[in-house]
Formats: sequence, C-alpha cells, structure tokens
Amino acid sequence: MFYRENGQYKTSYAADQQMLPILQDRVLMAGVIVFAFAVVPFLASDYLFLSLLIPFLILALAAIGLNLLVGYCGQISIGHAAFMAVGAYAAYNLALRIPQLNFLVVLVLAGLIAAAVGMLFGIPSLRIKGLYLAVATLAAQFFMDWLFARVKWFTDYSSSGSVSTAPVEMFGWKIDTPTEKYVFLLAVLIVFTLVAKNLVRSHIGRAWMAMRDMDVAAEVIGIRPVYAKLSAFAVSSFYVGVAGALWGFMHLGAWEPLAFNLTLSLNLLFMIIIGGMGSLLGSYFGAAFIVVLPILLNQFPAMLGIPLSTAMVSHLELMIFGILIVFFLIVEPHGLARLWAIGKEKLRLWPFPH
Amino acid sequence: MKKNLPSIVLGFALLAGLVAPLATGASDPGFYTEVLLGGLMAGVLYSLVALGFALIFKASGVFNFAQGAMVLFAALAVARLAERMPLWAAILIGIVIMVALAWIIERLVLRPLVNQEGVALLMATLGVSYFLDGFGQTVWGSDIYKIELGIPKEPVMILDGMFKGGILVNKEDFVAALVAAALVGALTLFFQKTATGRALRAVADDHQAAQSIGIPLNRIWVIVWSVAGIVALVAGVIWGSKLGVQFSLSQVALKALPVVILGGFTSVAGAIVGGLIIGVGEKMAEVFLGPVLVKAFDLAGGGIENWFAYVLALLFLLVRPEGLFGEKHIDRV
Amino acid sequence: MSEGRGIGEVILEVEGVSLSFGGVRALNDVSFDVREHEVRAIIGPNGAGKSSMLNVINGVYHPQQGTIRMKMDGALREFHDMDPHEVALAGIARTFQNLALFKGMSVLDNIMTGRNLRMHTNLLLQALHFGPAAKEEIAHREAVELIIDFLEIQAYRKTPVGRLPYGLQKRVDLGRALAMDPNVLLLDEPMAGMNVEEKQDMCRFILDVNDQMGTTIVLIEHDMSVVMDISDRVVVLDYGKKIGDGTPQEVRGNQAVIDAYLGVSH
Repeated sequence: MFYRENGQYKTSYAADQQMLPILQDRVLMAGVIVFAFAVVPFLASDYLFLSLLIPFLILALAAIGLNLLVGYCGQISIGHAAFMAVGAYAAYNLALRIPQLNFLVVLVLAGLIAAAVGMLFGIPSLRIKGLYLAVATLAAQFFMDWLFARVKWFTDYSSSGSVSTAPVEMFGWKIDTPTEKYVFLLAVLIVFTLVAKNLVRSHIGRAWMAMRDMDVAAEVIGIRPVYAKLSAFAVSSFYVGVAGALWGFMHLGAWEPLAFNLTLSLNLLFMIIIGGMGSLLGSYFGAAFIVVLPILLNQFPAMLGIPLSTAMVSHLELMIFGILIVFFLIVEPHGLARLWAIGKEKLRLWPFPH
Repeated sequence: MKKNLPSIVLGFALLAGLVAPLATGASDPGFYTEVLLGGLMAGVLYSLVALGFALIFKASGVFNFAQGAMVLFAALAVARLAERMPLWAAILIGIVIMVALAWIIERLVLRPLVNQEGVALLMATLGVSYFLDGFGQTVWGSDIYKIELGIPKEPVMILDGMFKGGILVNKEDFVAALVAAALVGALTLFFQKTATGRALRAVADDHQAAQSIGIPLNRIWVIVWSVAGIVALVAGVIWGSKLGVQFSLSQVALKALPVVILGGFTSVAGAIVGGLIIGVGEKMAEVFLGPVLVKAFDLAGGGIENWFAYVLALLFLLVRPEGLFGEKHIDRV
Repeated sequence: MSEGRGIGEVILEVEGVSLSFGGVRALNDVSFDVREHEVRAIIGPNGAGKSSMLNVINGVYHPQQGTIRMKMDGALREFHDMDPHEVALAGIARTFQNLALFKGMSVLDNIMTGRNLRMHTNLLLQALHFGPAAKEEIAHREAVELIIDFLEIQAYRKTPVGRLPYGLQKRVDLGRALAMDPNVLLLDEPMAGMNVEEKQDMCRFILDVNDQMGTTIVLIEHDMSVVMDISDRVVVLDYGKKIGDGTPQEVRGNQAVIDAYLGVSH
C-alpha cells in the first residue's frame, strides 16, 4: 500500500535511467541522509562514533572498492588490504613531506598511487582467473606487508616501524572531534557512493559485469578485456587506497606495519560476501555487519550474565564468521542485499498476499 | 616458441640464483650445502601440506583454503590428547577426528554447494578455515603446545670428510623427509592402481559426468577429505614437533598455496617438486639474497621469506599457469 | 531472399583454414567466401566443425593454417591472429549456440553491452554522469530501444535474462549482436530448441535484418526447410572438410551431401 509505483510513469529515458526511479525510494534516501547529517551528530555518543560509525563508514568505502572489483567485475582479490596500506602510507608520506598540501589533495593523490599499484598487481588477471588470481593477489598482500615493514623510508625511519599522524586540518577546519570526523567521512562517502553508482550504470560498469558473467562472449561483443579488467583494478584500488588513508588518519591515528594484514583483506571479502556482491547497498550492509558483530559479541553475553574472556570472544567471532560465510553462500549467495530486495518486493504487495 | 621464452628466462634466472652464492664465492661450500639441505627439508614439510591441497583439488575441484587450518586443528588435537595418553593413541584418535571432520564438511558445506563455481567453493573453504581456527582454539586452547615424537633434536654432523667442518643436519627433518616420501608413494599407488583412485580422478574431471556413470559423489568426497585430513595430521604432527603447535602454523601452511601453483594444482608429484623448489628458494633468498638487499636498500632486516614464495608463484602464473606438472586449460565457447 | 539489395561483392573470405585441438582435427583446409547482403548457410552433421568455423572467424580460435579476409575500408584485408574484440570492431557480430548471455544483467543491459564498442566517454565523465556521459547513454538507449521494438521484447526490458524462457533469451542474444551495427552477422543455430511459431518469428527477424539493414548473414542451421527457404548460398561441412558449396538446390542434389547426412561411411 505504501510502496507502489502507481502513477509514476516515466516519459523520458533520462527519467527511466535515474538512480532511484521509485518516488518512495527517493524519499527514504533523502530521509536517511538528512537523519545522518542533521540528527545523528547531536544524538550519538563519542563511543558510538569512535567504535561504530567511523569505522563503519571507512570500511563501507573499502567494501565498495572491493565490490567493484570482485562483485561487479568478477576478479577475485584476497589481498586487497595491501592497497589500503599503499593508500595509508602514501598519504602519510605526502602529508609529512609536502605539508602545504590540502588534505583532500592528499587523499586523491594517495588514491591515485594506490590505483597505479593496483593496476600493476592487476596485470596477472589478464592471463589467469579465479583461484589462480586469488593466489596472485596474496603476493600483493605479503609483498606490501614486507615493503612497509622493511623499507624504512616509508615509515620515516621510525625505530619501531610505526607511524603516527596529526589530526587532519583543512581550510582552517581542524577535524579532531569524533563528531567532526563523522560528518567529514559521511560527506566523503556520499560523494564516492554517487561516483560508484554512476560508473556502475555506465558503459564501463556494463563492461565489468559482462567480463564477470562471460568473458569470452564479452570480448566477442567488442569489449576490450585489458581495459575492462585494469580499469576495475584501478578504480577499486583508488577507492580502497582512499579508505586506507582515511583508516590511518581518521580512525587509527597511529599504526604499525601489520595494520593492513591478511586478516583485514579477508574481512573485506567477508563484508561483500555477507553484504552482497555486485551491490553497493550490500557493501554498506556488510561493513555494518563486520563492525557491529564484535561489539555485539562483547556486550551480549555479558548482558545475559555469561562472562566471556576476550580470547573466547575472538574465537567466537572467528567461528561465527565462518559459519555465516558458509551459510550465506549456501542460502543466499547474493547476501543481505538480496534479502533486502526480496523484502522490498514483498512490501510492494503488502497488505495483499500476492 | 614465442610463448616458451618467458618460461626459459624464468628458469634461467632461478638457476642462476641457485648457483650464484657458490659461483661468486660469496659463501663457503659447506655452509651453502647446509642452507640447501635446510631448504630441502623445509620444502618437504611444505610439500606435505601441499599434498592435501592437491588431493582435494584433484578429486573434487575444490581449492581448500582451510588446509592450513586443518593442519593446525589436527596438530592441536594430537598435542592435547597426547598429554593424557600415549602418542600413538593420540594420533589414532586424531585420525578418527579428521575423518569425522571430513564427513561433516562434506555434508554441511560441499553437498549444498555442489553446483556453484570454484570461487564460491573457495570462499566456503575460507569460512571453514575461520571456523576451524576459532573452534580449534576454543576446544583445545590457544597456548603453544609440544609434540614429542621421540626423535633426538640435536643436529648431527655429517660429511666431515667432504666439507671442512662438516654439515649440520637435523634428524627430525630427515625423518620428515622419509615420512613424506612414504606418504607420496602410498598416495600415488592409491590414485593409479585402485578403483577408488580412478573414481577420484573422474570426479575431479567432471562432477556431473562422474555422477551420471554412477560414482557416488558424496562418498568420494568424504574419502578425499579424510585422506587430506590425515595428510594434514601427519604434516601437523611433524611440523608441530619441530616448531611447536601454535596459531601461526595455519599461516605458515598458507605457503603451500604457491607450492601447488608451481607444481600444478592436480599433480601429486608437482606438490613435492614445488615444495622443494619453494623451500630451497626461500631459504636461499633469505640467507643469500637478503643481506644483499638489506645493504643495497638500507632495509630494516630481512624477512624475504615472507613473500618470496608468493612472488615466485606470481611469476609462474604469468609464465606457466598450469605449473610444472599440471594440465593445460582450454576454454570452449 | 533479399530483394531490396542485390547481392554484392565478396565481403568475407576464408581460405585453406585448418584447425586442430591437440590431436583432433576440427577443420581441414576449408575455403569459401561470403558475399555482401547475402544469407549464407553453413550446414553439416553434428561435429562437422561448423561452430569451430565461426569461432575462427571471430578470433576466438586461431587456426594453425589458412587466412581470413574481411572487407574493410573498401578492400579485402587479411587478418592474422586477431583478438575477438578487434574482429568486433571490424564489423562482425555473432550469436552463440549456448546463448552466452550475461546472466547477471537485465535484457536492456545485455543489449546495451552491444553498444559498448561505440561508447567512448572516458572514465571521469562517466563518474560525473551528468553531461556528456548521460547524453551518450540516452543516445545509445534510443538505438537499443529500436532493436527492442524490432524484436518485440518491450515487456521484458527490465527482466533479468536468466528468468526468461529459452526462445526469448535467443532473441536477446540476437538483439545484442544487432546492437553492434555489424556488417556481417554470424548466427550459430539461432533456431535450436524452438517450436514452429518461434522459428517462424526468428526467420522473420533474420530476413528483416538482411532486407532492411542489408546485413550479411552467415547462419549455422540444422532445420533443412529453413535453410532451403531463406538462404542464398550454402556451404556443407563434414568431419571438418567442405563437401558442398552452392545454391540450396545445387547442394540438395549433391550426392556427397546426401551421403554425409544419411551416415554412409566414407
């Protein structure tokens, strides 16, 4: 009754192709954005920002990046945190050595550097795919782990190998409270999500999906595989590089070389599997899931009166992740995003049964 | 011929790297041989783990990301059980546990996913590995445990006559090599000579075709994963007795992935040869190449062995994706 | 038969093509030509190498021997070891025996991928969308809508192709090939698995394409009545060799062809 398209006829292709063709969706999206910008900053506690919202936003950005590569273009990568590391260390070195640069410029440059590195490690995808490519991406992961730990220039010759960053300042605005960080990240996320959506509904997005679904046929249609795959790696790494820079500067503040290790890569992968591969909304769902679960596991048993050691909590986390991955792959390979879409379908009919 | 040039270049480069320390006189022959042997022994251990990979891929077309977690799980089980009973009993019960695990995995994970493509199965095994990691540590604990195999740990000096000062060789490594060789022999015989082995190869080739000629897919998979589980147990016990049973074991086992890439995913012989190449390559790179790089680029220490295997695998993937012994892939439209 | 445009010069030529996979000879010294605006059928028993022949023309397989010549910029040019997307750019499109549609996309998106080789806005403009990228998108959408009207699949525009019945999927496959605005259209058993009505529809579409757009058609087909009805000339393959070449009437009377189909050992 609420969610009907009655009366919403499209009279131009432009209207038909818009991002949110159904009015109710547009209203909902507007509502969410207004709520996120105008209400949350006043209601949420610092704890909520620091442990939930800020990591959620940054991981959602990274998840979108990985999703573009894996979900939309079908190229698997299990070492993607390596490119987050590239973005983070690039941003650190840029901010350190060229302090006059505006932070936004630093972010974009860091992203571009990550994109270049991503394209380099994407070259194997031109010859191999699937499982073989997965192992090749591991090479990126372990090599980057080593590079940033051993080549002292990257950490500015720090004795411990760790780096730390000063609070971000741009246009005279010092972003050092959780609320300010949240608002900045929210703005960044919205822009990046829009761009991702635009790419996905353009011819490059279709080229990516064609490569994913049937690459030989795609080539016969006239899609250049080299361009499609490398552009996917480039854009994906750009996103993930920016996310890495933001992760280092706005969430961690200071980090050691193994902050971007295999565990993070696998977490990113889990986010898009559980959230939904090939869906931008799914990236958000997955990121939310990964951020919320450990907190739930920490609080919930204590609330029920069953105290669990931190070690036990992390073991439980591993087990639950594992079970959920298998569960989603069996029951709903398209993740939470598909469940959401199914829910919307049901809502269209409500209150009628069929 | 044009396609073979990169492989030849790579082969040459590796060979050059292998003999460089001797040829340039940068190291004395005794030490070089020690490193070589050490690398070979480490390679044998990698091969053991890679064997499990290759088996599962050969027979079910699944890339088992959880192999490392299985090694750790088996090692933990044996280590903890051995605290209360003789080692042989612990190993026996360990085998039973791994077979049960195989059955559970087949039932809950493989069977529902039978028609999905490889990537989905890969991710499912990822899920399994996470679960095993967490579950193993919950049940068996997360400290470092010891496995006493009863082999003296002191190295033995051999070949005093040939090389000045002799070469240090680890008895444990030697036993490991023997065990691995025996295992490989047994498995090869199994695959080539028995009906079950043939059925396994049919299943690896084409699930649906194998099913349509009456091969019981489910039972085959349980068998394969059980065998892989037992191989994991052997690897875990040997490696655990050498390094101590701890969480990092599953990470080290991850290195078996490059081994199967070098060797070819479906080849048992490839797992062995690949393991040896990786083992030797890694050690050589760490001991001889490492200091050179550290000096040239002012690095903070070595650690080359963390990535050498993977980069080598990457090069192989570019130049010879089917590995040394694997089969070439033809994509038909 | 195409009445509107006369059959023109040779537009595609295959000469001495031999293709082997390991020990299996799929094609053995096959030569034939295709003239502009004609409907050329390739027939033969199963396993004769017909699909392999199309794959060779497309660049999916590279023959061990032989040359392919295509008319580009007015003259016949040889191409060697071309990649499939280069062949597509040269004006050759095809449909597939086993569909090969992009299962994750809707009908509209599938056909839009056929326009990809003509869409040139760069990555940054696409990221922006509003402006040149949106204009290009709408222009090509209009072209695709014409094809959708032509194939009578308007009602299924937004449906994921995986959900469509087989006959409709085949139409989408054809639509995707047509979207490329090809000079030569290779059709690999476009009517396989269809009932009589669906076949009639498909015949009509193929003939309309040939007639109205002047597209040269090379068609693999098993249904003899269709072949006899709509093709101008026929090539017959058997065990990778060419055993007949001419008009449908000529080929029908050819003893070797009859033997091949009846399974007389040779």
